Amino acid sequence: MRHNMKLTRGSSNPWHVVDFPSCCSSAHQVEQEILDACRQSHYSDRDLFALKLALEEAMINAVKHGNHSDPAKHVHVAYRVTPQRADISVEDEGTGFNPAAIADPTNEENLESCHGRGLLLMRAFMSSVVFNPEGNRVTLTKFNESFRRDPARTVAFG
Amino acid sequence: MQTETPHLKVTRLDDSDIVQVEFKSRKILDEANIAEIGEQLSALVEKEDKPRIIISFAAVDHLSSAALGTLITINSKVKTRGGQLRLSDINPQIYEVFLITKLNRLFRIFPTVKEAQESLQPASAS
Repeated sequence: MRHNMKLTRGSSNPWHVVDFPSCCSSAHQVEQEILDACRQSHYSDRDLFALKLALEEAMINAVKHGNHSDPAKHVHVAYRVTPQRADISVEDEGTGFNPAAIADPTNEENLESCHGRGLLLMRAFMSSVVFNPEGNRVTLTKFNESFRRDPARTVAFG
Repeated sequence: MQTETPHLKVTRLDDSDIVQVEFKSRKILDEANIAEIGEQLSALVEKEDKPRIIISFAAVDHLSSAALGTLITINSKVKTRGGQLRLSDINPQIYEVFLITKLNRLFRIFPTVKEAQESLQPASAS
């Protein structure tokens, strides 16, 4: 696993880039690393729950559905955590999928289907969820709820 | 009477045919664990004629869509065998997951094991 290769993109908040072979234990390690960064930036328990849930879904989608658990294929993660927001992109080496083609699992006739709930949960718990046109990279954004609720910080940072 | 599997604590309530299941792990996330939990729950369902099962989430603070998929499969198996499944002690954050996915419509969810137990029909009437 290549860890913490920092890419500076003209800002004081570096992106961290991590590549790992398609296996769930590596995915969990990276998840933990991102959650630790959020914890250090004082994200609320509620935000941490949301991030853990969405990260789990995005990582497992990439490992299982994108790369079909092929250890020769890698998952590429880039993340940036600031006190205001966390941005995480997760890319696999698969052919991608069309998120618009996924049936709504909350429709009565789909309630017993086992598909589409990961995507639904990511969208429900993140501030934004964006796929690239190929559908093999998802970018999750979560605004720090406790930062936004602190009026002193709102004044200081506009 | 209480028995344990690698992931579950299984108790027969008041020497009845009602089985209470508790998770040992706080996080039902890992794919391999979820598959094993599914197998252990299936084995429980298949052991009973008309299974009456309460799954308590008291120890659980995280789950994933894969875990929901396993619960849906177990629910179908219980229904197929003419049994009843109840869920209980789901913390507010996890309950939100059930609300968002609208699985609160599919499962019968109760605040406590006791209330779940009281909601069960006698096996002969189910």
